[in-house]
Amino acid sequence: MNEEFMGYERPKNKVGIRNKIAIIPSVLCVNHIAERIAAKIDQAVAIRHPLGCGQFGPDFNNTLRTLAGLGSNPNIYGVVVIGLGCENLKSKVLAKNIKRSKKPVEFFDVQDIKGGSIAAIEHGIKIASRLRDEADELVREPFDFSNLTLGLECGGSDSISGITANPAIGIVSDKIVQLGGTSILPEFTEWIGTEHILIDRAVNQEVATKIHETLTGFIDHLKNIGIDFLGVQPTPGNIEGGLSTIEEKSLGNIAKSGKAPIQGLIDYSESPKTKGLWLMLEPGLDVESMTGLAAAGANIILMTTGRGSPCGNPIAPVIKLCGNPKTCEWMDRDIDIDASKMLTGEATMEEMAEIIWKKLKLTCNGQTTHSELLGFNDLAIWRNSASPFQYMHCK
Amino acid sequence: MKQKYIVMNKTDNCATALEDIKKGEEIDYSDIKFKIKQEIPLGHKFALIDIKSGNEVRKYGQVIGLATQNIFKGEWIHTHNIISHYLKEVVNQ
Repeated sequence: MNEEFMGYERPKNKVGIRNKIAIIPSVLCVNHIAERIAAKIDQAVAIRHPLGCGQFGPDFNNTLRTLAGLGSNPNIYGVVVIGLGCENLKSKVLAKNIKRSKKPVEFFDVQDIKGGSIAAIEHGIKIASRLRDEADELVREPFDFSNLTLGLECGGSDSISGITANPAIGIVSDKIVQLGGTSILPEFTEWIGTEHILIDRAVNQEVATKIHETLTGFIDHLKNIGIDFLGVQPTPGNIEGGLSTIEEKSLGNIAKSGKAPIQGLIDYSESPKTKGLWLMLEPGLDVESMTGLAAAGANIILMTTGRGSPCGNPIAPVIKLCGNPKTCEWMDRDIDIDASKMLTGEATMEEMAEIIWKKLKLTCNGQTTHSELLGFNDLAIWRNSASPFQYMHCK
Repeated sequence: MKQKYIVMNKTDNCATALEDIKKGEEIDYSDIKFKIKQEIPLGHKFALIDIKSGNEVRKYGQVIGLATQNIFKGEWIHTHNIISHYLKEVVNQ
């Protein structure tokens, strides 16, 4: 049987599983205006963020790449970019970057609108409602899974995730890759201790060297700033839960990526250059991580949580799995898949992978996840470069 | 039937408890029968075969550490009898 899902065709051979309009402020000063516009339009999301001004060099580029990536995500039909007018991340520049995806993009600056915020909100609603009309003309069509990009995430972990939900997700990730699709594993802090395994799985020597040098660089950086990251791993909570070494802990995390070969290592929010499994540089903070995955083009995210997490994403639906029976019961409206069936013996690893696969397909076809139902549009951008205002304190 | 433990890979020499396993419980793994020697809490590990001091402890088909003493089948495996191979060999080079 051919595995297919029902998605929306986008320009440049991309496929979306949602048909949203994104209202993206280029700068934080106009967040409220973006939110007021999004509130008036069906299936519109405001990308609220705290950046866009006073940023320079790599720090500026990182914000631009992330916001442009979010707008370019195929789950978005069209974009309205809103600037204030005096910021250094110009709405015109952000719009130009998103236009590379060939989708409809409009932009304006609030300072150019006579009538201030209220007039700007009206102006934005008019543009967004026209984009909504256009988006509604599209219908879902069948596509194979080579068109899908999956993000792999975990947060609020406990000792059960690594032996239940994570390896089951690994089977699903391998299936996506086998079907010609793309899968992305972030959270490099939870690769530490398994470098030799990741290097063995690299498709070539160049990728192996990049992984090795990036992670060695991280450990050296920690030494330089006086943080003994490895001296405190695993954490006391991990040890209580049964994790004996850093290798064991990280193996439980990278189990989400299955056994597929690693095509390469991408920067935060950077799009994978080919299909297959990719590693993404990101330090393991759930909301920043899922923002980076959506900006890299992930259509959908599988997230393991042992202790429970409410987090969602404005662009990529997040399917949450939990292997802990108590959390599944207490937070049942946050958890999409009860993976504790593996503990109680109701499902084997393979049966759980099949349950995840079915849920993934339903979600691709339009079923809303629990965080979508609640409208949890969490967003945070990882700042991985120095700003001129960091390290500045009173003398 | 509920499984009391899981072996992540067939090359592993330890299993992980899927429930609190009591001392003295019989384990029948791949026709090897033995008794659990200590309480094994949920998420903790026990040895499937005898592991000599200095030898590798394997889970997920990978090395998760080195035995710091002889570990006999059915014994609890944790920080008291294994150490990180990674911290010993890779970081402290």
